[in-house]
Amino acid sequence: MGTHTVITMRNAMPAAAEVERSDAQASNSAANREFYKSRVPIHPKLVHGTYRRIKWIVMAVTLAIYYVVPWIRWDRGPHAPDQAVLVDLAHERFYFFFVEIWPQEVYYITGLLILAAVALFLVTSLFGRLWCGYACPQTVWTDLFIYVENLIEGDRNARIRLAAGPWTASKITKRVSKHATWLVIAVLTGGAWVFYFTDAPALAHDLIAGSAPLVAYGTIAVLTFTTYTLGGMMREQVCTYMCPWPRIQGAMMDKESLQVTYRIDRGEPRAHYRKGETWDGRGDCIDCRQCVAVCPMGIDIRDGAQLECINCGLCIDACDDVMPRIGRPLRLIAYDTDANVLRRQRHEKERFRFVRPRTIGYAAVLGIVCLIMLGGLVTRSSIGLDVIRDRNPNFVQLADGSVRNAYTLKLMNRADKPRDFYLTLDGVDDRRVNIIGLGFVTLPVKLSVEADKVRAVRVLVTVPRTGLHAGSQDIEFTLRDAKTGEDRKADAVFISGAN
Amino acid sequence: MSKPDIDHVSGTETTGHEWDGIRELNTPLPRWWVGLFYLCIIWAIGYWIVMPAWPGITGYTHGILNRSQRDVVTAEVDALKAARHARETELAHASLQQIQSNPDLLQFAMAAGRTTFADNCAACHGAGGQGGHGYPNLNDDVWLWGGTLADIEHTITVGVRSTDPNTRQSQMPAFGRDGILKPEQIDDLTEYVVHISGRAANAPAVARAAKLFADNCAACHGPAGKGNQEMGAPNLTDNDWLYGPTRADIRDQIWNGRGGVMPTWAGRLSPEEIKALAVYVHSMGGGE
Repeated sequence: MGTHTVITMRNAMPAAAEVERSDAQASNSAANREFYKSRVPIHPKLVHGTYRRIKWIVMAVTLAIYYVVPWIRWDRGPHAPDQAVLVDLAHERFYFFFVEIWPQEVYYITGLLILAAVALFLVTSLFGRLWCGYACPQTVWTDLFIYVENLIEGDRNARIRLAAGPWTASKITKRVSKHATWLVIAVLTGGAWVFYFTDAPALAHDLIAGSAPLVAYGTIAVLTFTTYTLGGMMREQVCTYMCPWPRIQGAMMDKESLQVTYRIDRGEPRAHYRKGETWDGRGDCIDCRQCVAVCPMGIDIRDGAQLECINCGLCIDACDDVMPRIGRPLRLIAYDTDANVLRRQRHEKERFRFVRPRTIGYAAVLGIVCLIMLGGLVTRSSIGLDVIRDRNPNFVQLADGSVRNAYTLKLMNRADKPRDFYLTLDGVDDRRVNIIGLGFVTLPVKLSVEADKVRAVRVLVTVPRTGLHAGSQDIEFTLRDAKTGEDRKADAVFISGAN
Repeated sequence: MSKPDIDHVSGTETTGHEWDGIRELNTPLPRWWVGLFYLCIIWAIGYWIVMPAWPGITGYTHGILNRSQRDVVTAEVDALKAARHARETELAHASLQQIQSNPDLLQFAMAAGRTTFADNCAACHGAGGQGGHGYPNLNDDVWLWGGTLADIEHTITVGVRSTDPNTRQSQMPAFGRDGILKPEQIDDLTEYVVHISGRAANAPAVARAAKLFADNCAACHGPAGKGNQEMGAPNLTDNDWLYGPTRADIRDQIWNGRGGVMPTWAGRLSPEEIKALAVYVHSMGGGE
């Protein structure tokens, strides 16, 4: 039957050579999915087209960001490192261009993670799993690894032949050079990661000289292993079996979300096509299986939306390559919505509803979190003041009946120069203040803090028996910059033990 | 080889073993599991060669690396000591006042003192130095033996009623138990102490006890009962009571003449540790 098909096609359609046919089977289809089935290797065919081009560009940009960012310099003066983006674990600082975050401000990181999550929610509800198809590191690196494979071993058919063929010298050479290249990429991936955690040029020198810390080599080794296995060996299995995001994203999509869709209303019934035949009473799909051959996830998009699909659009490119050759319009496979398929089947006009309660909700949350983050960054003080009250003992009664509370104050100077501050205390009038190291002092008292440092000061506040009113009194410490007048307040309580 | 025996129910090959008509199905372990098992054996043999492994009669095999966790800990402790060396030298050479006036050194001494306090002092004085019945509160302004930095350092060094020849030493007689005073005299003295601490007391008893106090108590506690830090005699006129403020507490103390014991820390703690500890204890309530 196969022979028959080929012969008739060749006879009837001189253009048959233009439309390449494939016998590609979807290895991940519902029809042949069963438990305990070993993985069928996927050999995606290289494709050209709009979305492939976008994927190349996204790959170039994301890889460039990853590799270049640690090398960008940013002058912060003599007291701080000059690396634009640096996670300085040893000194407990995170530098991001003009922002310097202390461990106490970890909520900025939390905010950033919330932003990333909500942005993903919004994008997913609008355009489906765009993140998975284009920007996810797993996708970018797998794409890169497949590209290398394609360069060394050839395209899909050559790779299938190579895999099935005997171990000749040529096969060994190809396999060894492929794995060697992958390993080089993997090492460079891990190698770039460590630069985010310490001064990049110095570390690069140490790494090559062999004098870098063991943890740097260890990190590179671990990331080399994960990159090599996840990008080279496991590939689509990471998305299908390991990653929780696809499952969560399923909850954000609805029938109005854009996703890679085989327009079943236009394509079916599918059948092989011979040139000159009428298109009446049949669909546009000629069952050339090019969409299956190029799919990196090993699915047949014509089976409908599937959990494996990462929305990368490579099947769109493949189909768009075929359609003009048979004189049919583009986008038999396209970014489309389930709702539109239904509308066309009902002969209604198709439309895209980007503004929906769900997207409005996500956008609103995104906007609010953005505003909060922005507000937090803009009003961020260069002074920090934390008050830690002694709780053991809660208060101390002195010989003359007066009561004393002890506080440890953390004075934080986030500026890149030493500063003088004035400390004042409000809320209790009749009090005596003793600062350990300075003795009894009259407020406001001047305290200096070194650049980019925290100074802990122990403050004892004593209130005579006559000055005690409530069991617990609200008080407020204020730390004011001696020069600029910028200040920071911190609330505390004074506990007298009186009822 | 004979044809493999297939169990007709499960369709699985059997091992050919049979016991009382029961045959064993041949369901081998997964290959990856067996591989891992052999890898572990190979690993173990390598481990025996490289690491200390086998016990002997008088010792054990040391392995090529001759690694010992004790050595690892010693090396880590040495590294920590080396890292602290500069600050500790500074601490050793600085006077107590210098430590207090240098914020960096003060922070270092407080941190070191806090650990030393938690390890050695907290058992009696409490985690926050708040003391307890019979154990002085270190946060207040009442100091039996003086609350300056130097006094505190000295008390820690020699202890109270300790084995140190220079120990802080004082002993209140057990006026009741040893029969020095009659019970009714002790009742009167109790009223007297209540009176001088500023509380309402039985006036005739106070009048009777005035001479008793001058004869028996004033030598240490002072004629006005204000105490004497030279002798570790507490002030009886304030609000602070080591063994409790009630009449029963006070009477009990006169009867039994209790005194607490604090060990000498010289020899157990280094002079630098004692210095840091003194600074830390002083910082609790500001000392005197």
